[in-house]
Amino acid sequence: MKIGIPRALAYYAYYPFIKTFFEKLGLEVVISDETTKEIMDKGVEDAITDACVPVKLFHGHVSNLKDRVDYVFVPRFVSINNEATFCPKFLGLPDMLACSIKDFKNMLEVRVDLKKKRLRLFWLCMGISRRFKKGFFTAYNAYIRAILSFKNYAHQFLQGGIPPLGIVAQRKNLPIRLGVVGYPYMLYDSYLSLDLIKKLINMGVYVVTPEMVPEKDKMKQAKKLKKNLFWTFSNSVVRTAYHFLENRCVDGIIHITAFGCGPDFIVDKLMELEAREKNMPYLTITLDEQTGQEGLNTRLEAFVDMLKIKRAKKEAALA
Amino acid sequence: MRKVSFPYMGTSYIPIKRLLTALGNEVILPPKPNTETITLGCKFAPEFACYPFKIVLGTYVQVLEAGADTLVSTGGVGPCRAGLYTTLQEKILKSLGYKFEMITLEPPGRHFADLMCSIKKLINTRLSFRDYINIGRFVWKELTLLDKAERLSHKIRPLEAKKGETTEVYRKCVAMVAKAESYKELAEIEREMERLYDSIEKKDFDPVKIGIVGEIYVLMEPSANMEIEETLGNLGVYVERSMFLSGYTVSNAVMDLFHIAGERDIKKLAYPYFKEMCGGHGRESVGNAVHFARRGFDGLIQLSPFTCIPEIVAKSILPKVCEERGMAFLSLTLDEQTGREGVRTRLEAFVDMLFAKRKKMRLSSTKSNFVKEMS
Repeated sequence: MKIGIPRALAYYAYYPFIKTFFEKLGLEVVISDETTKEIMDKGVEDAITDACVPVKLFHGHVSNLKDRVDYVFVPRFVSINNEATFCPKFLGLPDMLACSIKDFKNMLEVRVDLKKKRLRLFWLCMGISRRFKKGFFTAYNAYIRAILSFKNYAHQFLQGGIPPLGIVAQRKNLPIRLGVVGYPYMLYDSYLSLDLIKKLINMGVYVVTPEMVPEKDKMKQAKKLKKNLFWTFSNSVVRTAYHFLENRCVDGIIHITAFGCGPDFIVDKLMELEAREKNMPYLTITLDEQTGQEGLNTRLEAFVDMLKIKRAKKEAALA
Repeated sequence: MRKVSFPYMGTSYIPIKRLLTALGNEVILPPKPNTETITLGCKFAPEFACYPFKIVLGTYVQVLEAGADTLVSTGGVGPCRAGLYTTLQEKILKSLGYKFEMITLEPPGRHFADLMCSIKKLINTRLSFRDYINIGRFVWKELTLLDKAERLSHKIRPLEAKKGETTEVYRKCVAMVAKAESYKELAEIEREMERLYDSIEKKDFDPVKIGIVGEIYVLMEPSANMEIEETLGNLGVYVERSMFLSGYTVSNAVMDLFHIAGERDIKKLAYPYFKEMCGGHGRESVGNAVHFARRGFDGLIQLSPFTCIPEIVAKSILPKVCEERGMAFLSLTLDEQTGREGVRTRLEAFVDMLFAKRKKMRLSSTKSNFVKEMS
């Protein structure tokens, strides 16, 4: 049996878990092709116009998969911890797909709600394996392997690598460190982000993303906001930025956001106000399906050059 | 004495003003959103903030300039963004240099202690238990009366013989309610209101029926939705809105206290299409659409501010709901750049289409009768 996983949205945050789990269950896992112009165009065609680019891309990836697999895995991420849920578009994703894509009959909808109960994830995995008529021990083995695989993935990030982009390690002694914050599905989709992270690395910048900051450091910043944000990824982004600003462990922050992203206008404004107060260079880059390479290059080069000049001045003053 | 102000939404300022004054505050009445409000809001708000955010922020700037020192607004528990608006607006306004206190009224279900704390800050006079009951009863009556006046105006406007008469009566009713001093007076006003609406000269015909669903602020605030109900009424359409303030208060303040999700039956109706609560009024929009379709409405209009997330989810589902149930669908996205005439043209085209559809159906049905009689 073939199961398809669309390469979009939560895929970038959790794919080692999902992929390993289905593989160890004994299913054939097909991941949709890397994003191309065709996939993007198909998604833009199917999805409604107001949706943000990542959601449109998800539509495209589903269309890419649906005819060549038995089931397309569409998660409905509700929550993975007690404090927050996901963006409403994640909550309504299967419903949106069912209405927007024609003849989409083979959806494997999985509701992920891990709030307030221990072992929720375990029982969820058991439920899925039962749907494919797999025994308890096979499922248990798959679950353990999946968790190990995910831990390994998280560990690779903490070591300074970016596994979804195939970057194993970055050179540590680079002059400029840049915090690049944004949601995983924006940062690690190299078509959507126009290879932004690799471009920065080629410019001689050490890139730090939210996944590369330990959870412990992020939680220290949680109290700074009067009210937690409602969305898991947004909390992670804001806390990372606050961590950077408090410890001044980066030279500048770049926020990458999608055009029309709902939660991000709050996230962006919060970070902008804080960055202005702490006097840290801050750049917002808004991406959509029409963003051009050259415009992005110019802005990135200008930003990095500015940081380099600033650093050179500082060093000259010290000398 | 605290100088309190609050966001402007429809006619809600009348009962809110009454309540805050009775609790011993000085109220700075927010102005009706005008071009200046919207310009101010757009200037200080982030680009992708939704339209209500901008209007409310603009209103805050205006009332702070007028001397308010306390702002009261509602909170929320998400995942709709509106629950975080007060947090962000407070930060933005403070960074502009205004000094004030922001009081956020959270829903009682999850933040009961917090809510009580906020309410305590707003009570600045000594009142007996009896007074509270009286204030509560009076304000609630005002709220329901205002809703009733609006509902009646929607019903009667398409039937009026002389254009503009209903709007005039409606304005008169609102003014009467705003002036009332005692509970007894309100009861009299209710009778007077019914009499006034009855005395409007009416035509006898069956108007096209359109249901309106969508995000609460653009639904309730006529200046945000280009007076859509009035425009449609003048085109001879019976309009019904899915949400009124009294119903909203019951489901979000009272029912929430007992952890009962409001409007249960509406949620049940939405279930086949929309299985998850996604904040805001996304699911209610879908549920109400099904409800309108069951009651034989001809068309559905969805109002949403640009970038409103729950309504975007609803918007991708609604066309299917309407198609399956044979109802016409129009979605209007509103923001500060929406032109009045553009909206008007689209509405006129939509209504013309509905009239034509009805005529066609009537023709085909009479024809079949005719054929039956012949044979």
